[in-house]
Parts: sequence; C-alpha cells; structure tokens
Amino acid sequence: MIDIGSVTPGFDLPDTSGERWGPVGGAATVIVFTCNHCPYALAWHDRLLAVARDYADRGVRVLLICSNDAERYPHDSFDAMRDRVEREGPWPAPYLHDETQDVARAYEAQTTPHVFLLDADGKVRYQGAPDADHGDESLNAGWLREALDLTLDGQPVVDALTKPVGCSIKWREA
Amino acid sequence: MAGRPLIELLWWDGCPSHPAALAELRAALAELGADPDAVVSRELRTDDEAGEARFVGSPTIRVDGRDLFPPGDDPVGLTCRVYRRRDGRVSPTPDPDDLRTALEEALNA
Repeated sequence: MIDIGSVTPGFDLPDTSGERWGPVGGAATVIVFTCNHCPYALAWHDRLLAVARDYADRGVRVLLICSNDAERYPHDSFDAMRDRVEREGPWPAPYLHDETQDVARAYEAQTTPHVFLLDADGKVRYQGAPDADHGDESLNAGWLREALDLTLDGQPVVDALTKPVGCSIKWREA
Repeated sequence: MAGRPLIELLWWDGCPSHPAALAELRAALAELGADPDAVVSRELRTDDEAGEARFVGSPTIRVDGRDLFPPGDDPVGLTCRVYRRRDGRVSPTPDPDDLRTALEEALNA
C-alpha cells in the first residue's frame, strides 16, 4: 500500500475523448480506481461526481481510472467506457483507461472504488473509501471531502487511511 | 418439488457482499418462519466452476436451482452482481423486501 505522504508514481493515460492526463496538476487531485460493472463503484459514482463539481472552483481535479482486464470483463473495455460516458455524460471528471494495468499496480489499487487524494506536489494525503457506507447517499463522500478540505487548507488529514471497499481489481491472468 | 427446498447462496470472494447477502437471506427466512440455517453456502473459485454453475455473479440466491432474481442474458463469470433497491439505488445485494417476496413465492411454489 502506498504510504501517506509519499510521492505517487507518474502516469500518462487517455480519457474517453483521447485527451491525456497525469497525476499532478491543480491544487489537489483525486484519483479514483473505478469501473463500469461493480455495484460498489456504481453506488458511489454520483457522490464522487458531486465532489468533482463541488471542488472544481478550488482547483481540484478528479480523475476516474478503469484498470480492469477488459478481456475477461468486457463491460469494462475502453469501448464500454466511452459508451457509458456518452450515455450518462457529460461528467465533471475524465474517465481514463489504464489498459496495461501499470497504474493500478503502481498505486497498489485494491478495489473499485479505491480513492487516492494527492496534494499539489503529488503526495498522497488520503486513501481508501469515499465514506463509510456505499448504501447511504447522505454520507456524501464525507471522508474524502474532509480530507480535501484539510489538504486545501494545508493541514494534515487526521484519518488519512481507510479501508477501501468494493469489487476486487480484475487483474489479467499471468 | 417434494421435501425440503434447497436454498443456495452462490458467491465469489472477489465481491465483499456475500456476508451481507447471507445475513439478509437468513433474516428473510426467519421472517417467513423457515430455518435460517438451511442455507447452503457455495463458493465459486474458477471460471470453470462459474460456467458449470451458470453463475452470473456474486451473490446469487437460488431455491431448488431457480434464481430468485432471473438474470436475463447476463454473461456467466466470476463477477459482482448489480441489484436495485426499490428506490432505484444500485446495490450489491437484493432489496430485503424483494428478497423476502421472491423467497416466499419460491418456497410456496
């Protein structure tokens, strides 16, 4: 698991429109490993998009990344990602494809969703779940929001590490 | 079908929903006056096992081999199932009211 305070690995991934994105930029960056097919990822999806909307004017970027093996899970293919954004979008956050799974591996992502909050220097300030319960929309990604507020104020995050909850990342078979 | 019905919970470890699904299934059985310990818990570990069991995702609940929530044309495989609560929310487990209703119908069939 990536340590809190460590600098995150770089990456250069395309989103569903072809634009490329890396981990550093703006006042803070929220990276969410997610996917199309997982009920936990779907349950938290709107809450995470709300974070993207609510913090955009404070310079926060939210990057959604799908790393699942599309061969065994075609619902998570790049085409399926594009279709979903076309169907449900526009989203306030780009949806990136990690075809090689290198980024998920470098971040030691475990589940969909698995949230990482990076500060302006690319250091991890929070990782884990968006909030305590995928089934309770009123929680509003509160753990992530609290971590964002503290990070944007230059304060350390008190509960910087929570257990990610969701479907396992679908790794390619060796 | 004569005799005691076979109530199965099929699950895969890649989804963390099976403990909740088992608890909710047992609660529904108890509410219906059936034996909550009658559930046969069956883990699927490989694609071959998923194929043989026609497993479309975790959790899957069957009574005498019939899925309480017919999956339509969902593909067979080791994956997580998406259910909907009665209010439309996505959920990793069936709505408890839907579960109780489906279970009651299956047990009385």
